[in-house]
Amino acid sequence: MELSEAKKLKMYRDMWRIRQFERKVDQFISRGDITGTTHLYIGEEATAVGAINALKDEDYISSTHRGHGHAIAKGSDIKEMMAELFGKRTGACKGKGGSLHIIDTSTNNLGANGIVGGGIPIAVGAALALKMQNRDEVVLNFFGDGAMNQGAFHEATNLAAAWNLPVVFLCENNQYGMSTSIEKAFKIKDLAKRGEAYGIPGVRVDGNKALEVYDTVLEAAKKARNGGGPSLIVSETYRWKGHSKSDAKVYRTKEEEEEWKQRDPIADFEQILIEQNLLDEDKIKEIKNEVDAEVKEAVEFAKESPYPDKDEIFDDVYVDREVEL
Amino acid sequence: MRVITGREAVREALREEMQRDENVFIIGEDVGVYGGAFGVTGNLIEEFGEERVRDTPISEAAIAGAAVGASLLGMRPVAEIMFMDFVTIASDQLMNQGAKIHYMFGGQQNAPFVMRMPAGAAEAGAQHTQSLEALLYHIPGLKVVMPSTPYDLKGLLKTAIRDDNPVMFVEHKKGYGEKGEVPEEEYTIPFGKADIKREGKDVTIIATSHMVFKALNAAETLAEKGVDAEVLDPRTLVPLDMESIVKSVSKTGKVVIVHEAPRRGGVGGDIAARISDSEAFYYLEKPIKRVTGPNTPVPFSPVLEAEFIPSEEKIIDAVMKLTK
Ligand SMILES: Cc1ncc(C[n+]2csc(CCOP(=O)(O)OP(=O)(O)O)c2C)c(N)n1
Ligand SMILES: [Mg+2]
Repeated sequence: MELSEAKKLKMYRDMWRIRQFERKVDQFISRGDITGTTHLYIGEEATAVGAINALKDEDYISSTHRGHGHAIAKGSDIKEMMAELFGKRTGACKGKGGSLHIIDTSTNNLGANGIVGGGIPIAVGAALALKMQNRDEVVLNFFGDGAMNQGAFHEATNLAAAWNLPVVFLCENNQYGMSTSIEKAFKIKDLAKRGEAYGIPGVRVDGNKALEVYDTVLEAAKKARNGGGPSLIVSETYRWKGHSKSDAKVYRTKEEEEEWKQRDPIADFEQILIEQNLLDEDKIKEIKNEVDAEVKEAVEFAKESPYPDKDEIFDDVYVDREVEL
Repeated sequence: MRVITGREAVREALREEMQRDENVFIIGEDVGVYGGAFGVTGNLIEEFGEERVRDTPISEAAIAGAAVGASLLGMRPVAEIMFMDFVTIASDQLMNQGAKIHYMFGGQQNAPFVMRMPAGAAEAGAQHTQSLEALLYHIPGLKVVMPSTPYDLKGLLKTAIRDDNPVMFVEHKKGYGEKGEVPEEEYTIPFGKADIKREGKDVTIIATSHMVFKALNAAETLAEKGVDAEVLDPRTLVPLDMESIVKSVSKTGKVVIVHEAPRRGGVGGDIAARISDSEAFYYLEKPIKRVTGPNTPVPFSPVLEAEFIPSEEKIIDAVMKLTK
């Protein structure tokens, strides 16, 4: 399917929205304005944006602890996301979740996950429901390279394969799970080979090239939609920032970081759009300004929003609040 | 005496035990060059190398299982689960395997390993903040240790490593930064010995883990109000020093139990039941009170998290209601 010009520009804008959102979060986290920790998506934008744009709007995603990029690409309101990070009542989860737990039922985002690998079986369950309900949608399941060594990955992937469920497993291989490199965590070099073990296709894709990710996910989603069952895609990318707030990054070199920054996914896509005459300097400036204004508005919204009342701690433990607390 | 942090105290215990016994080794996520998610293992990898400070993939079931398995052949693994919440992933190996081995094989095989787990609310939301000691406390075959001060962390971890049973060692994230006196000389602390952190005659506050610090602060305020509170830290939950608890309660006649975990099914309920089962029952002047986390997950918002964690005010309030 050929991407429309409008959609390509939207993808470009979304990549910027993710990056600028994350840069702001980075500032607030290091200053302590946002409490706790967070996992930034900077450097991996092409994966979320390429993959999610290959879906139909009604398709589902399930996300990870590094989930801001997924939510933004799926269409979440960044005002509500920022407010959630600040722990405000107007946040995406009324302040109950925080950075690790953004969900958006209105965009069919089944939620981020604080447990590495925890979202994989859930995605499979959602795909099971789609199949049992004879529905057309598919589930796109994001997880990291680190999550691939959880038992949950193996059990869920096998189940999805055995039952031919409409799910696309998308491993974001950013080369590290916290400080542990894939060389240390795996004996195999090509993580996509694991697909073979479950009898499903396994392919690798350059995760910093939005259009490559797009094409690969499009094909896998089509297969899943047509009853062809799951696929495994390993998207090779890199997180520019530390794993979380307190990471001295002693486990990797400056040279390696620089090498990956040379392969900036936004610059790569920008170049393609310039060559296709969809972007020029003025247009780029315009988009960046609009994105910055949107992020600024989100920050203001978050800061001005009220905190929850103490009493709200008891809301939402159960659907029926009257259950004994 | 020398003052160090809880983090340093744990690291010292690990270092000393690794120097003492070459079978002791560390296994967990990011415990090597990263130095542990909370900086606990620090530079131990420089002294002991990758063989004895083993970074693992993100595989909690394998971490726990490898600890169980290595312990069967005479190693003394000290495994680390990055956040106590992830013990759920390791739970088959701990609860069905490690805990049962000595008993179900008729005492022929033991499994002497330690599982270290940082617990407690610290700005990280529902899946990185739980205090799940009650799950482990419920399983016969596991010992459960829950220290508060640097002194206790060090002395009890050394004992845990030397113990011939599976020991669940629950640390509190906020305890890593707490400072306290720890002697240079070697010492260990026996299991099953509570510590009276503050003597008093009017009421017994039984507090676990980081709640001990809250209880001590509350006791100072209570003193200003003319209430002399005794603060008892059980230090080990299995075995639990009922003798010291009974003695203290018999003296004061009033009890407030404080833990951070949600109230329902919490360890405090069992301690209360055991007090009312004991001699101390006849000395009780008032109902046994608990100050605990509410029966909710831990919310992220700083305002709500502060509401979750038992506060000094809530402890003071509970005590004042008993002593009025
Ligand atoms: C079950 C579990 N174990 C450990 C952690 C702590 N932790 C959070 S993210 C992370 C690294 C995850 O690596 P990966 O899956 O590759 O995702 P990335 O962070 O690289 O995006 C770890 C170890 C966790 N949240 N859940
Ligand atoms: Mg990774």
